[in-house]
Amino acid sequence: MIKVDNLTKLFGAKRAVDGISFTVERGEVLGFLGPNGAGKSTTMRVITGFIPPTSGCVSVGGFDMVEKPIAGKRLIGYLPENAPAYTDMTVSGFLGFAAEIRGLRGEAKRKAVTRAVEMCFLQSVLHQSVETLSKGYRHRTCFAQSIIHDPEVLVLDEPTDGLDPNQKHEIRSLIRRMGEKKAIIFSTHILEEVDAVCSRAIIIDRGRIVANGTPQELRQRSDWAGAVTLRVSGLTAEAVKEKLSQLRTAKKVQAETHGTRITATVFPRTPGDQDLTREVLEATRSWQVEELHTEAGRLDEVFRSITLPDTAKGEAQ
Amino acid sequence: MNTWANIKTIAKRELGAYFSSPLAFVFIVIFLLLCGFFTFMVGGFFERGEASLTRSFFDWHPWFYLFLVPAVGMRLWAEERRVGTLELLLTMPITTWQAIVGKFLASWLFLGLALVLTFPIVMTVNYLGSPDNGVILSGYIGSWLMAGAYLAVSCITSAMTRTQVVSFIVSVVVCLFLILAGFPPVVRFLEGWASPWLVDVVTSFSVITHFEGFQKGVLDSRDVVFFLSLIGFSLFSTSVILRGHRAG
Repeated sequence: MIKVDNLTKLFGAKRAVDGISFTVERGEVLGFLGPNGAGKSTTMRVITGFIPPTSGCVSVGGFDMVEKPIAGKRLIGYLPENAPAYTDMTVSGFLGFAAEIRGLRGEAKRKAVTRAVEMCFLQSVLHQSVETLSKGYRHRTCFAQSIIHDPEVLVLDEPTDGLDPNQKHEIRSLIRRMGEKKAIIFSTHILEEVDAVCSRAIIIDRGRIVANGTPQELRQRSDWAGAVTLRVSGLTAEAVKEKLSQLRTAKKVQAETHGTRITATVFPRTPGDQDLTREVLEATRSWQVEELHTEAGRLDEVFRSITLPDTAKGEAQ
Repeated sequence: MNTWANIKTIAKRELGAYFSSPLAFVFIVIFLLLCGFFTFMVGGFFERGEASLTRSFFDWHPWFYLFLVPAVGMRLWAEERRVGTLELLLTMPITTWQAIVGKFLASWLFLGLALVLTFPIVMTVNYLGSPDNGVILSGYIGSWLMAGAYLAVSCITSAMTRTQVVSFIVSVVVCLFLILAGFPPVVRFLEGWASPWLVDVVTSFSVITHFEGFQKGVLDSRDVVFFLSLIGFSLFSTSVILRGHRAG
């Protein structure tokens, strides 16, 4: 549904987006990750037709966003960053306007507004002016606007920004539910969200895609992927460390003493190596192991290891 | 068909925005007070003893509009950009032109409404004497077209900035030029040293020169074309500016 091909966007001499290509199909929820200023919002603005690309092309539902922007825009629901809304309108007035401009009239309009209001839990503020709303409600009002015409494509720029944990949960499950039938792309800083919602994630840094895969695949790139953490008693930290360091597939071992117990983590030589767990189990058969588990890998660590060196380099220059 | 529906939706929202804030009422009250005060106190409506609104009423309009129209137009785009709703508006399935025309029409209708509310003055002059109502009507048409021209200029300045105050000041300056180019003292000053063709060029840009005919009851197509082309050109410039912002 969304096809981005070699997209580049310059602002003056600055390359905000630098040769990005990806596609999002129906039934997919694509998480868009990256540090601030990586080009996430710019990419989304080009996809929604707000700004034209410098080069490359973007099409939505087969419509090129430069050649046939109106046909493309009809398919898209868009929640811009900071969730802007007309402050001088009431929530119902604003949603009515959004429905009307999407071509909905009369009964269809009324139904669309009611549906969006229910999905975003806005009943209690329906006749309140947008100006007087709290940030969470304002955010949800703008979100409701984006789904008012039940679009096939949803572009959401930080949809859970500024919401409380309950609201975040609601919006996430809403996105996940809608993701079954729509093509959704959303940006976020919150990595746990990627796990909770996305079927695929893209990490971009300084305008380029640096990682693209399912959350599981991305996690596998972490040093923590396949690492084994165990808690034992009756041994010294040194003894544990020595024994575990000798394992064939172990890269390094961390051990800490907590009272009478030792907590140790063994990292695999190759991230995600399943053999390590088996080896650890064999090596510790005679120990008093109270707990042992294999780490799935940490997204935040992958995110940092991919984006941080470059950012640091950029700052040094 | 679709185009018109979109323009109507935009215009309806925009008109609603005027009346949901005190701005609309403040504007109308100030405009009517100014009209009343200048017509009867400064314009010497009674002293003139003529059944006409040409000098006592319409003569002031270019000056009222100088401050009042930029005040109406300043928020049109500046506010959208400041709040960020511009991004919402321009990613909806409408063209930039539809948005520009819709917003412009809403404000122009609003100015028209303010103008219509000066009807007691027309009733007064009809009560006191027997004026030529055709001349008055043509004065109103000219006044409304002139307001539209000012408004279109305000659209440009509003699209240029996200600060309403800057938009207001710049459009007052531009509109002031549009007045002064045909303001008799300025024209006399120009005639003192400039060649006649230059004076003609400058005065042809003036709203006063073109409003003059309407005030006298002469609906000259050249005057109508002047105002309409000024509006068209300004709205076109607005679209260029809006596109420029987005291209980065």
